[in-house]
Amino acid sequence: MADPTIEQRFKILVLPHLNSAFNVARWLTRNDQDAQDVAQEAYLRAFKFFPGFRGENARAWLLSIVRNTFYTWCQERREQASGTVFDEEMHSLETSDTHQDDNPEATLIRSESQEQVHRALRGLRLEFREVIVLRELEELSYKEIAAIVGIPIGTVMSRLGRGRQQLAALLAPMNQEK
Amino acid sequence: MDHELVLELLPGYFDQELGLSEALEFERHLEGCEQCRHVYAQHREVSAQLRQAVLRVNAPQALAQRIEAALPSLPATRETLGERFRRWLGSGSLSWAPVGATLASVVALSVSMSLYLAVPSPDQRLTQQLVDDHIRSLQSDHLFDVVSTDKHTVKPWFNGKLDFAPPVVDLAQQGYPLVGGRLDFVNQRPVAVMVYRYKLHPINLYVWPGNEAGAKPQVLEQRGYHLAHWNAAGMNYWAITDAGAGELDAFIRDLLAQLAA
Repeated sequence: MADPTIEQRFKILVLPHLNSAFNVARWLTRNDQDAQDVAQEAYLRAFKFFPGFRGENARAWLLSIVRNTFYTWCQERREQASGTVFDEEMHSLETSDTHQDDNPEATLIRSESQEQVHRALRGLRLEFREVIVLRELEELSYKEIAAIVGIPIGTVMSRLGRGRQQLAALLAPMNQEK
Repeated sequence: MDHELVLELLPGYFDQELGLSEALEFERHLEGCEQCRHVYAQHREVSAQLRQAVLRVNAPQALAQRIEAALPSLPATRETLGERFRRWLGSGSLSWAPVGATLASVVALSVSMSLYLAVPSPDQRLTQQLVDDHIRSLQSDHLFDVVSTDKHTVKPWFNGKLDFAPPVVDLAQQGYPLVGGRLDFVNQRPVAVMVYRYKLHPINLYVWPGNEAGAKPQVLEQRGYHLAHWNAAGMNYWAITDAGAGELDAFIRDLLAQLAA
């Protein structure tokens, strides 16, 4: 059997993780359109770096690129805002819902309780939101999350702990209604 | 283990990331500590809510196309193939005569698309075709034609689309929820595909009538995917996943047990 080309290996190993890449980008940017841009840029970078990829875990590798791309993207936006302090929280909240209709799958009808969980996670600070998304939505191990975010495993654990407790506090009124 | 340390390790215990001895010590403390049990219950509740809230959205089809178009030297033949298939499946009127022509070109295309043409044997070609099909099902958002976790929805969906009734079993209890079904064209014939999930890994189960293997599943690995092939009650079965060899074994064991039940 002939050796597959780089393009073929990329297609087999990396392309199938598009849903993960988009999902992580979507929860980092909190905006469907921006998420698409970040995911696309991440794929171009991944393709460029792919010859150097020696690992076995293509999904975690790709997600670390998605995360880095997101942070570069934030940085660029901040510079574009020239002088005005870029506030990730404000920026995303004000533009967040305008593009959601582009993606029919994002307009799933959610129950009121699901909507509240959605809002609670959106409102979580970035450093907690990213580990929660990687753990609860992408089901990655602490070791994988530590590698993606670039923090020790102990920090992954404590951020998950604090993140979940903040969510619990945000969702507490809802749980009492039940 | 003191209370502070237990609180610190609590997420790790919840996520099953602690070692065995740590976990045992942790449990000893948890039993006698009201506060820790409360925090643990919070973790469980929040985690369950997150998982129920449909927070994960699949990438839009347009994004997959944009990315493929932007990547150098990745031919887009697969997309057109997928689209053609979708159009055929989505057209509603499943009259077979015009479909024949489409299928012929699909077969021609998929054979010409086989990537490693070192004169493969029919078996190798089938394996490659299945791996290609599995990957394609993940890439182009074409995992299902019918989305349902209910076997009583999935099974009747195949009626009239195939000349056989594929066995559809529910394996949610065993940790492999059924998530949907689809019709594919493999080995020059239409086949039923049941899609299961193990955690985040899709498992495609292909079924068509025939007697081309033994009853004992043969497992092989190709391009990082594990495939298994066996025969039961006059049907050929192929299962394929990226979940791992052990996981595939366990899936087949549970599937066979359920089919026999």
